[in-house]
Amino acid sequence: MLLKLFITFFKIGAFTFGGGFAMIPIIQQEMVEKNNWIKDEDFLDIISVAQSAPGPIAVNASVYVGYKIKGLPGALVAAGGTVLPSFLTILIIAIFFSRFSENIIIQKIFLGIRPAVVALILSAIYGLLKSSRLNRGQLLLALTSFFIIVFLDLNPIYMIILGIAISIFYNKSKNSSNYKSTRTLDD
Amino acid sequence: MLPLLEKELIEKHQWISSTDFIDIAAISEMTPGPIAVNSATFLGYKIAGVLGSIVATIAVILPSFIIISLIFKFISKFKSSPYIEWIFRGIRPVVLGLIGAAAVTVGKTSFVDIKAVIISILLFYLVSIRKLNAILGIILAGVMGIFLY
Repeated sequence: MLLKLFITFFKIGAFTFGGGFAMIPIIQQEMVEKNNWIKDEDFLDIISVAQSAPGPIAVNASVYVGYKIKGLPGALVAAGGTVLPSFLTILIIAIFFSRFSENIIIQKIFLGIRPAVVALILSAIYGLLKSSRLNRGQLLLALTSFFIIVFLDLNPIYMIILGIAISIFYNKSKNSSNYKSTRTLDD
Repeated sequence: MLPLLEKELIEKHQWISSTDFIDIAAISEMTPGPIAVNSATFLGYKIAGVLGSIVATIAVILPSFIIISLIFKFISKFKSSPYIEWIFRGIRPVVLGLIGAAAVTVGKTSFVDIKAVIISILLFYLVSIRKLNAILGIILAGVMGIFLY
């Protein structure tokens, strides 16, 4: 189990380009669809934690998934698996080809991979929107955060805090009225 | 992350020059893995060899590891509290918005011409609709890059 976890995260780490978001569809395919390690509806929550905490999303997500599947050993193995491919790649480049980024073939490969990263991020949104079943208010909050981050360049952590505050306020007030109505029903 | 590294490594400790820094940033972006981890590994190697790269890599992921461990413990402990569910109901939509914003940011630098847009649309179709393995998708895109550019 731990070996399988390691191999899976090694694969994920080896193909995560352009920031952690592009790895979301890869994790989703490997963890949810292929191995059934995580339920579809839990997946967005894991990404939410990984995004809200400081540090690289790819590392955060792998540690969290590792814990969920196999506790602390799982978390260590998952983090190691995620980081090892990039560690080895960088070490080889640093030792042997310091002019790596000037290589014409590498540049061409990269020109192809970059738009693919955008496609993977969009696939992530597509997949998450389907599995998360947001209500109308939540969709509005998602769109608002999108526009605020894109156009006002606000630090995302403020939007996350704002989202939490709105949700707690809304659910608390809704719940207290629900509570009253169930009370009357019970009476 | 990169501005933070620049400040610490070039200005404060003077471990590397700013031209080295630009090279390292370019390589970190073009290789798999989180940019923060890649540049830490590279810088560690430049400053103190293989041992330096190991130390720098572990050091850069350790805070994440500790923080996520704490969050995991916390969430597991208070799972039954309605507050946890309410907090997630608030974070989920914001995170979707953030991922959308990330797509815009990456798109701005990735869509250099019409070929790039075509690669992106094709990949989205293959991965989301035809359920192509995302890793194969990345390899396919790299191969298309060699032939199209």
